[in-house]
Amino acid sequence: MSQMMEMIEGSFSFVENYNIFEDINFSVEKGDVFCILGANGTGKTTLIKCLNGLMKLNSGKVLLNNENLYSLSHAEIAKNIGYIPQVHTSTFPFSVLDVALMGRSPHLDLFESPQEKDFKIAEESLKTLNIYHMRDKPYTEISGGEQQLVFIARVLTQEPSFLLLDEPTSHLDFGNQIRTLDIIEKLAKDGLSVVMSSHFPDHAFMSANKVAIMKEGNFIDVGTPEEVITEENMERTYGIKVKIVDMGDRRACVPLKIK
Amino acid sequence: MIKWKITDRMAAHGVSIMVLLLIPLIFLFLFSFLIGRYPISPQDVFLVLSSKIFPINVNIPPTLDTVIFQIRFPRIMAAMLVGAALSVAGASFQGLFRNPLVAPDKLGVSAGAGFGASLAILLGTGALIIQGFAFVGGLIAVSLTYIISRTFKGTSMLTLVLCGIAIESFFGALIALSKYVADPFLQLPTIVFWLLGSLAAVTNQQLLFVAPPIIIGMIILLLIRWRINVLSMGEEEAQTLGIDTRRLQIIIIVCCTVLTASSVSICGIIGWVGLVIPHVCRIIVGPDHKVLLPASIIVGAIFLLIIDDISRTLTTVEIPLGILTAIIGAPFFLYLLRKSKEVWA
Repeated sequence: MSQMMEMIEGSFSFVENYNIFEDINFSVEKGDVFCILGANGTGKTTLIKCLNGLMKLNSGKVLLNNENLYSLSHAEIAKNIGYIPQVHTSTFPFSVLDVALMGRSPHLDLFESPQEKDFKIAEESLKTLNIYHMRDKPYTEISGGEQQLVFIARVLTQEPSFLLLDEPTSHLDFGNQIRTLDIIEKLAKDGLSVVMSSHFPDHAFMSANKVAIMKEGNFIDVGTPEEVITEENMERTYGIKVKIVDMGDRRACVPLKIK
Repeated sequence: MIKWKITDRMAAHGVSIMVLLLIPLIFLFLFSFLIGRYPISPQDVFLVLSSKIFPINVNIPPTLDTVIFQIRFPRIMAAMLVGAALSVAGASFQGLFRNPLVAPDKLGVSAGAGFGASLAILLGTGALIIQGFAFVGGLIAVSLTYIISRTFKGTSMLTLVLCGIAIESFFGALIALSKYVADPFLQLPTIVFWLLGSLAAVTNQQLLFVAPPIIIGMIILLLIRWRINVLSMGEEEAQTLGIDTRRLQIIIIVCCTVLTASSVSICGIIGWVGLVIPHVCRIIVGPDHKVLLPASIIVGAIFLLIIDDISRTLTTVEIPLGILTAIIGAPFFLYLLRKSKEVWA
């Protein structure tokens, strides 16, 4: 089965006659990492939420493997699409394993509880991310970086083919940002399709193979990171001057001081 | 055998704690038959109870049979059912609203039930009608809360709670009004005493009406209890994990409302149990609703049984339960809070 997610002429508005974004087209295939860049408040989060039905487009459509996304149930969507929100507020101190195990919920019926098979999958995810040793710790008492790994483990336990990440690096320290990007890259190599938003053009260079820049409700440019992340585009998007440096194996985007 | 151990370790873990909690409950259940003005020996209790289960022929004095089956049995059963119902409803509501400070009457069920009962007392009806009015009043209040909250745009759990607060105080005012117009010598004391909560007058017949809804409500909550974990991570996150959050929320609200309305309808408003027992259980078994809900059922039953035993023995005139639960529960809870810092994060 082909693995593809498409948005066709997607528009969204909270109030009439004012679109957050309009006429957006893109598609993501197996192994893609699609990174959406853009200034604060341009609608990146809203766009991502439209991709798994948390919000619904006002016009246009989202196709998941050629099926209309909005005709699928929550469980059917969740079996295919994993999502890690930008912020999580915790209430109860569940153990790390219990949180990872929640990824099994789309695969279980209303009255079902996780069985041995589900525990195995959750534990496997923890092992993949090297956090198996903290499975019994309350997830509220570990560091932000470790918490992000727990949420990635939960998404892996969900066994989706698509992964939506809303600014996955925004609350992490320098090292954990790079480690998270590395994990995303590996997941894509294993066959996941990733859509993520980011504030860091550099992160797109490091992990993405497709980049879009969102501005005033439109994609002003879409293409490979090298095509899209240019000095002109960055100035247009963020209003600051940058220098694109070739470092041999990849490029980097370095901001310059505002005079 | 070994396979069973591995295949359901979570259940196995839960089961051992449940057994540990069940032992004191069974002991208390039997012990409670001995308490009261009419002296009954442990042998008598054992003999009478087993004669009902096994077809043995023993000569039981009718007074003994009456005291055990008409007076003490309904009271003990009601204490256990109500304690269990209120605390499991509290635990579920705290998960639903992601807030450990929520009690099962957050959506106005107790106030509605209280007004239903007051109205029935004003109309001069008997115990069963009062019970029916209370039950229906509770359901009406929560339905109003839910329907009104649905008319707002962007319905969140917060809107629901705010509507609940409004409905609660509205029915609270209606209760006050019925007290105000009640006959101060005949009806007012009845209303006041009813509202404070008591199990003294519970009959087997009343028990028969509330036991089925309470048991069904509990079974449904137990069946969906793992999903309450997922729901408590937040509505949006639960949705992205494939949960039909609207449906799950309605199931929880309906079950908790039926449990609380049934409880209030036979013994009046008993606060504190639904708020505090879930906390006590979280200290014992942790936050996982898979274990927390069954634990709340057992500990809730134990707690209210102890409170009712105390209420029966402490003074010649019974102290209303609603007063005792707070007087005994509050210091006990503070003590526990002090002993264990990690109640919630």
